Amino acid sequence: MQTLRYLLRKEFLQIFRDRFMVAQLMLMPIIQLLLLGNAATFEVKTARMYVVDRDHSETSRGLVDRLQASRRFVAVGSSPSTDVGDQWMLERKTDVILGIPSDFERDIVRTRTAQVQLVLNAEDGVAAGVTQSYAAQIIGAYANELEAELTPMVSTAARGSGAGAPTSAGARPIEVRARGWYNPDLNYRDYMVPGILVQLVTLVGTLMTAMNIVREKELGTLDQLSVTPLSQSVFMAAKLIPFWIIALVELTLGLLVARFVFHIPMLGSIPLVFAAAAIYLLAALGIGLFVSTLVDTQQQAMFVTFFIIMIYLLMSGLFTPIRSMPTWAQWMAQLNPMKHFIEIMRAVLLKGATARDILQPIGILALFGTVVLTLAVRQYGRRVG
Amino acid sequence: MNRNALRAFMVKEFRHILRDRQTLTILLMLPLVQVILFGYALRSDVRDIRMAVIDPTPDHATLELQSRFLSTNRFRIVTTSQTPDVIEPLFRRGRADVALVFDPDFASHLRGTEPARLLIAVDASDPNAGTTYLSYARAVISSYQAELSAQNRQVRIVTETRMRFNPTLESVNLFVPGLIALVLVLVSALMTAISLSREKERGTMEVLLVSPLRPQQIIVGKVLPYLALAFANVLTALLAAWAVFHVPFRGSVVLLLAESILYTLVSLALGVLVAARTSSQRAAMLTAALVTMLPNALLSGMIFPIASMPTWLVPFTYIAPARWFIVIARGIMLKGVGLTILWRETLMLSLMAMLLLAAAMRSFKPRLE
Repeated sequence: MQTLRYLLRKEFLQIFRDRFMVAQLMLMPIIQLLLLGNAATFEVKTARMYVVDRDHSETSRGLVDRLQASRRFVAVGSSPSTDVGDQWMLERKTDVILGIPSDFERDIVRTRTAQVQLVLNAEDGVAAGVTQSYAAQIIGAYANELEAELTPMVSTAARGSGAGAPTSAGARPIEVRARGWYNPDLNYRDYMVPGILVQLVTLVGTLMTAMNIVREKELGTLDQLSVTPLSQSVFMAAKLIPFWIIALVELTLGLLVARFVFHIPMLGSIPLVFAAAAIYLLAALGIGLFVSTLVDTQQQAMFVTFFIIMIYLLMSGLFTPIRSMPTWAQWMAQLNPMKHFIEIMRAVLLKGATARDILQPIGILALFGTVVLTLAVRQYGRRVG
Repeated sequence: MNRNALRAFMVKEFRHILRDRQTLTILLMLPLVQVILFGYALRSDVRDIRMAVIDPTPDHATLELQSRFLSTNRFRIVTTSQTPDVIEPLFRRGRADVALVFDPDFASHLRGTEPARLLIAVDASDPNAGTTYLSYARAVISSYQAELSAQNRQVRIVTETRMRFNPTLESVNLFVPGLIALVLVLVSALMTAISLSREKERGTMEVLLVSPLRPQQIIVGKVLPYLALAFANVLTALLAAWAVFHVPFRGSVVLLLAESILYTLVSLALGVLVAARTSSQRAAMLTAALVTMLPNALLSGMIFPIASMPTWLVPFTYIAPARWFIVIARGIMLKGVGLTILWRETLMLSLMAMLLLAAAMRSFKPRLE
């Protein structure tokens, strides 16, 4: 125990000697959290629309008005030919081209069916899909509105009593209501901020541990240490604990930002979050430690860790849904400790889950941590021995 | 001071890179493996949406609508019930994503005078997925409705939609340019950052400083060999995009390669700047990883559209080099446009390269403290 204390002191002194690095270690993740927490949404606020109105009728103008009134679309230009619109789309000056053919109004009055054309810039496919669904809703509502105008009898009857005579036209519009459970306002920050915080803490913690042992190796001080009467596990503990503490401190800072800047609801028990974090960080930093024992130079340590962190990041389910991935990738995601911890954070903070609810992911993390740390100690033992 | 010294220095750098076979293999394989791995794994569209159906009075209309959901191949009905009590436990245990709740007598209302009501409840604990579920569900219902209207000669506006540049919204076409941008900026910045700071840490920087090389030459000598290595990465990544994922290359490949070189130059210069400002390999690496990884993943438009971000955040996206390169890569690959349209992004990258190199040269101290 005494040895461990001395070693820990040495490690902390070494870390805190580089003031610039420590400041960065603490501040950069927080600054990034403040910025990036706002970036992660698919909801498209306003799409720029180029209008090619060949009809110039009251009805066609009504359609453009409805689209603009929704504030989802803003008309940036218009002309009777598509050429300019096409060019604008190539130049990324418009996201949507709305084409209204010349017989639009006449078709509606005569045949009750008219066509419009919607061209979307699918260069950014997600945004295009979202924009399309907004447009479909608004156009559908406008069609219903026109129906009511063209069949005055029905609309007055319906307006008068709420249940008038059966309509001659037949089917009535289906009233669709929608409700989002657990997050009725569909506030993406509640969901994203805890996830991004976990990513930042893991990034810093894993990189630092991964560089640590191999650094001593590169500087030659590892040979000195290996001739001292230090046991392998004490040495490994001394390499792990400082960054484990730093990561926990960072998580605390991040949670404060989440609470007081982003107003993330924290329904569940905070001690439970920290208990889970303590286990998770052992697993995550254990991987860094294991990498550190495997490689020969800090450069290699860095690239291997970077590879692992990219998998953490992109396969955590935070950015793209895991269930959309091919089966092998879903299995890979199951081996990602970050995915489990993000799920725990979300369950406890947003849904108020109790220890029993998150038993399974915690168990997985504990198992993961044990395996990785055992591997790291054994690998180190093999190297030194 | 002369060119020979610079050449000798660059030869030395190349030898350094080539001697360490293990690291060289990692550097060459890593971007390729990542582009292929994530190119296969990442999908932005939501498939296999599990739906619970609450249908108090099953009849032909509700069954018809259900079969519409099934025929999209996106929805899967996990349970059908007559009461809405089942929704809560299903959502809580994560067994269903969407619940479709019909009002009693839905079908008769559909023909009658009272409005036929329908509730779509989604598990919105992931709001991004929740929004997607909702828009898919709405699309199914409105196409059903449009058909009903057609049968009854109601007013109908048929929207003919065209997804230009990527008609099938192929995920691979959207992700691969972004992945290449992300992997390149990371690998390039980390390469130079660690190479330069290693010289500092090992004390060989002193040797370089007393040599007849000027600081600018040291930086050029560090950047150029890695530019060659980064170019190899560009080639393999683009080859993978073309051969493995069949991403279209509608524009000029030469232009794309030239832009990639410019982009990796920005990233390499960023690495040099980081190394010049930090004192150890681990500080350099930490800084390089922090400034490149998440900002370029989240602020570049690779995953989340820039159009969705709050207005005050948009200027911050300008500092992520990947933001510009993704526009260029998508523009050339998917849209087939050239410099006449992409000049703005190219100009931004050139400015960034110059600024970063100038800043690196300024902060590179010719003396040791």
